[in-house]
Amino acid sequence: MAGNPFTNLFGQSPIRPIQTHMEHVHQCAKKLIPFLNATLNNDWDKANEIRKTVLTLENEADDLKKALRLNLPKNLLMPVDRSDMLDLVNRQDKIANCTKDITGIMLGRKIRIPSNLASIFIDYATTAITTSEQALKAIREMDELLSTGFRGRELILVEGLIEELDRLENLNDALQIDVRAQLFEQESELPPVEVMFLYRIIDGIGELADHAQKVGSRMQLLISR
Amino acid sequence: MDIIAQYGHILLILTCCFGLFMAWGVGANDVANAMGTSVGSKAITVKQAILIAMIFEFAGAYLAGGEVTSTIRKGIIDPGILAGNPELLVYGMMSALLAAGTWLLIASMYGWPVSTTHSIVGAIVGFAAVGIGMDAVNWAKVGKIVASWVVSPVLAGTISFGLFMSVQRLILDTKDPFLNAKKYVPYYMFAVGFMIAMVTVLKGLKHVGIEFDFGFGSKFTNALPVATGVGVFVAIIGKYFLSKIKDDDVGPSENRFVNVEKLFAVLMVFTACAMAFAHGSNDVANAVGPIAAVVGVINSGGEVLSKSVMPPWILLLGGAGIVLGLATYGFKVMATIGKKITELTPSRGFAAELAAATTVVFASATGLPISTTHTLVGAVLGVGLARGIGALNLRVVGTIFMSWIITLPAGAGLAVLFFFFFKGVFS
Repeated sequence: MAGNPFTNLFGQSPIRPIQTHMEHVHQCAKKLIPFLNATLNNDWDKANEIRKTVLTLENEADDLKKALRLNLPKNLLMPVDRSDMLDLVNRQDKIANCTKDITGIMLGRKIRIPSNLASIFIDYATTAITTSEQALKAIREMDELLSTGFRGRELILVEGLIEELDRLENLNDALQIDVRAQLFEQESELPPVEVMFLYRIIDGIGELADHAQKVGSRMQLLISR
Repeated sequence: MDIIAQYGHILLILTCCFGLFMAWGVGANDVANAMGTSVGSKAITVKQAILIAMIFEFAGAYLAGGEVTSTIRKGIIDPGILAGNPELLVYGMMSALLAAGTWLLIASMYGWPVSTTHSIVGAIVGFAAVGIGMDAVNWAKVGKIVASWVVSPVLAGTISFGLFMSVQRLILDTKDPFLNAKKYVPYYMFAVGFMIAMVTVLKGLKHVGIEFDFGFGSKFTNALPVATGVGVFVAIIGKYFLSKIKDDDVGPSENRFVNVEKLFAVLMVFTACAMAFAHGSNDVANAVGPIAAVVGVINSGGEVLSKSVMPPWILLLGGAGIVLGLATYGFKVMATIGKKITELTPSRGFAAELAAATTVVFASATGLPISTTHTLVGAVLGVGLARGIGALNLRVVGTIFMSWIITLPAGAGLAVLFFFFFKGVFS
C-alpha cells in the first residue's frame, strides 16, 4: 500500500518518542546518586556496575534521539516547530551526556569526595536530579498538550511546571555556590589535582541541572508558537 | 438499433460484469479509506467496520445515491447527440467501466494513489470526447465537477477545523473534560443523525415511495421534523452507550484524556456509519451509473433519453460488488490502514470523519461525484492545522495532484481504446 494517499498522510508523531527519550535520560541521571554513594563508601566495584548501567542508558537515549531525528522529514505538518523539536531532543540528550561524563571522570580517577563535604554534595546532586525529574514531568505533559491542541488550561498547567523547574534550578545554583565555598576553604589541605577535578565534577552536576532547565525553556518556546 | 436488438443480452451481461469489476475495485480500496480512520483509532474492529460498511454503504447508495448516479449516467455526456446511435452510448459506458476498473487494478497493484471517481469521470469524458466528438461532452457540468474536486477537500478541512475547535472549547479544555464529554457528545450524535436523515428525506425517499407532508409548504420544512426526530433518536441511543463508560483512574505517565477518548470512540461508531453512508451515496454511483445508462438504453429498445426509473437490481449489483471487494481484499487494506494511523485519536478522528461525511453527503445531494478519500485527506489536514495531530505528511497533497494528472488521461485513454475495440467487435 505504498501509494495509498490516506495511509501516507500520517507521519510518525514525535510526541511519544520525545517522551520516551526523556524517560531514558532521567533514568540515566538518577543513577548519579547511588553512584556517588558508592564512591563515598569506597565501593568501586559497585560504582563500576552503576557506571555500566549509565553507559547502557546513555546509549539507548542516543539511539532514540537518532530515530526521532530520522522520523522528522522537512515536509511534516506538526503542531510544534520542527527545529524546536530537534533542539529539545538535543537538550534532553545532554542531561544523559553530563551523567556519563561525571561518572566517567570519577571512576577513572577514583576521585573521593572529602567526607565532611559528603552530605552537602549529595544534597547538591539530589537537587540536580530533582531538576531533571521536574523536566521529565513537564515533558510527560506533551501528550496532554497534544490532546488539547496546545492551548488553554493545559498550557497554563505546563507553564506552572516550567516555573517550578526554574525555581529548582536556582536552588541548585545556590547550592553550587555553597559547595564551592566549602571546598575552597579546605582546598589547601587536599592534593591540587584532585581539587581541580572536584571542581570539574561540581561544574558537571551544575551543568546537568542547567540542561534540565533548558529543556523546560525550550519546551516553552515549542508550545507557545 | 439492430445492434441493440441483436446483441442486447450479451451487451447487458458484459456491462454487468464490468460494473461488478468496478464495484469490486471500489470495495477493495475506497471503502477501506473511508472506514480506516475508525479502525485506526480503535473505535471499531475490522469486522465491525465491514459490517457497518455493508449496511450503510448500501443504504447510502439506495437512499441518497440517485443524484450522482444520474450525473454519471446522463450528466457528463449530452444524451441528445446520441439519439441516433444508442449503441455508441452502450459501448462507451462499457468501456468506461472496464477502463476505470482496469486502471484501478493496475494502480493498486503498483501502489499508485488513484481515486475511483476520477477514473470513471476521466473515462466517460475520454470516450465521449474522442470517440463521439467534443460536443458530446457537457463541458459546463464537467467544469463544475472538477471545481468540486478542489472545493470538497477545502470545505471538509474547514468543517473539521471548526468541529475540532468546538470540541476543545466545549470538552477538552475545561475543568472536567469527562463530564462535559458526556454532556456534549450526544449533540454531535444528533448532528450525525440529523444530517443523514435530512439528505435522505430530501433526496432519496421519493423513489422508495415514501413522502412526508406536514403541510409546511416547502420540501425543506417538511423534512425538518423528520430529521430532528431521527437526530434525537440517534442521540438517545448514543447517550445510553456513553452512560456505560466510567471515569477510571489513570497512571501518571498515561494520558489523562484516556477516558474522554473512550467517550469519543462511541461517537466514532456513529460517524463511521455516516462515513459509510456518505461513501455509498457518492461512490457506488461510479459503478452503478454506467450500468444504469446501458440498461436504460437496452430496456427501452434503443431509446437514449429514457425517463425510466433505475431498476433496484442495479443498485443491488453495485452493493454486492462492493461487499465482494471488501470481503476479498478490502479487509486487508483496512487492517493495514488501521495499523498505520494509530496517531489519530477518536476526538480527532470523529471531527475528520464527520466533516468528510457531511461534505460528501451534500455533494451527493447536489449530484457531484467527488473523491471520498481526497475529502477525508482535506478533513484530516483541517484537524492538523488546529494543532490536533502529531505529524501529517504534506507530501500527500503533492501525490494527490499527481494522481489527478495521471488518472484522468489514463482513464480517458483506456476508455478510448476499449471504445473503439467494442465498436469494431459489435458492428
